[in-house]
Amino acid sequence: MPVPGQTGGPAAVELRGVSRTFGRGASARPVLAGIDLEIAAGETVAVLGPSGSGKSTLLRLVAGPDTPTDGTVLVDGEPVRDMDRRAAVVFQDARLMAWRSIASNVAFGLPRTGMPRAERRAEVARWLEVVGLEGFGRHRPSQVSGGMAQRAALARALVRRPGVLLLDEPFAALDALTRLRMQDLLDEVRSAARTTILLVTHDVDEALQLADRIVLLSPGPAASITAALDVPVPRPRERGDLELVPLRTDLLHRLGVGRTQVTSPSLSLPSLPHKEPLR
Amino acid sequence: MSGITAAAVVRSRWGRTALRAAAGLLLPAALLIAWQLAATSGTYTRSQLPPPEAVLDAARSLLDRGELQHHIAISVQRVLIGFAVGASLGLLLGGLVGLSGAARAALAPTVQAIRAVPSLAWVPLLLLWLGIGETPKITLVAIGAFFPVYTTVSAGLDHVDPRLRELGRAYGRRGPALLAQVLIPAAAPAVLSGLRLGLAQGWLFLVAAELIASSMGLGFLLIDSENTGRTDILLLAIVLLALLGKASDALLGVAELQVVRRWS
Repeated sequence: MPVPGQTGGPAAVELRGVSRTFGRGASARPVLAGIDLEIAAGETVAVLGPSGSGKSTLLRLVAGPDTPTDGTVLVDGEPVRDMDRRAAVVFQDARLMAWRSIASNVAFGLPRTGMPRAERRAEVARWLEVVGLEGFGRHRPSQVSGGMAQRAALARALVRRPGVLLLDEPFAALDALTRLRMQDLLDEVRSAARTTILLVTHDVDEALQLADRIVLLSPGPAASITAALDVPVPRPRERGDLELVPLRTDLLHRLGVGRTQVTSPSLSLPSLPHKEPLR
Repeated sequence: MSGITAAAVVRSRWGRTALRAAAGLLLPAALLIAWQLAATSGTYTRSQLPPPEAVLDAARSLLDRGELQHHIAISVQRVLIGFAVGASLGLLLGGLVGLSGAARAALAPTVQAIRAVPSLAWVPLLLLWLGIGETPKITLVAIGAFFPVYTTVSAGLDHVDPRLRELGRAYGRRGPALLAQVLIPAAAPAVLSGLRLGLAQGWLFLVAAELIASSMGLGFLLIDSENTGRTDILLLAIVLLALLGKASDALLGVAELQVVRRWS
């Protein structure tokens, strides 16, 4: 859906030999090491990895508040600057400002200058509608559910028309059913948003549902990419699509979860893996 | 029937507000009765403890002569100006210290040390430097109002949820924009309670100032009535200070309530 006034469109992202180490000397704590990753404009990539593997650090390097110790991060061929305007972040918690209405929280995502008031209002209304919050603009954050708050946070990011949308475990704090609804919503919103998406998650099914490509991080410290796997099924996908079962089993196996033998495709509930303790 | 109505009154918002106000008046009423009983029991002489109606009489005669209005007006004026000056400085310096680690490191210890000086200790110095006009009194009120505002503002800004700071920066806010759109609103409830404390302390310091060197104001009325043995006027001044302090606090309290309601 092309929109007048839209700038840029989806951006390509490239990480070249990126490492990030916190601290120095004896107390140095390497978090990421030697990350090479290319994301095509408009692609959706899910970064999957165990807790503490540096997923969020990776995302912060692309967003801009953090810079790599080594290597470069490029958005559309240009290095990422401090808090890059081409990127928009959705955090795990909605982080709405309690003193602002939902609409005003969404408007916080707009660039601060160069847009007439009427247009700003129209933009906010449009994205509220896209995320299914029409009629809730005047509500206060404390008056809406966690899922609705997260929708508002998504609208706040999308209203920026980001080249890259960075999602940091955006649905992890929601209840299971709301999480599924939000995944569907993101799938729908994607056509309107025209943006590259980098999704950090520890939920294998979420990655399978939403991503074109899944990147696996090794457990930290000094995490690196152990695999980058294309998801073979076109979107939007059926949950529990049998074609995804082998990939799912493979992913779980690589993450150290699941039976060693490949799960039978005839299982009626592929979304309920038998969990074994982490190795 | 009447039970139903009473329950409805308790349930309605106005009913509850009225009930709470009535509950708050119980203790003052009891004190008034106790005062009356003590004054008429014969234990105290009239100059030690005049009955409530003597205080009312004193108020009436002072009002008739136009003196009471004058004392009240000058005291209120001193508190308002002093509070405005002290609170503004408190907001400014508290904001600076709350936002900048360097400013905190440089200023906070000194400010804390000055804060430890009792209010009365300033009086001789202020008289020496500023004379006996309005300036030293307003200055003392400003000193009193400054510290609570400074402390709560700097702490309030310092304790703003770091996740909100991160959000602000992630969405391109830095410097003044981050301050105006994220930090100050986030700290607003703390700032308002600081202003309330500052105003209360302004009244305390006002009396300290007026007790010592003045010819007008409620503090002067206190010291003057003590010197002339007019216990009724002394009690009147105390009651007036209580009422004025409570009234000005209630005004800020309304503002605070609005903010807290909107912010939660």
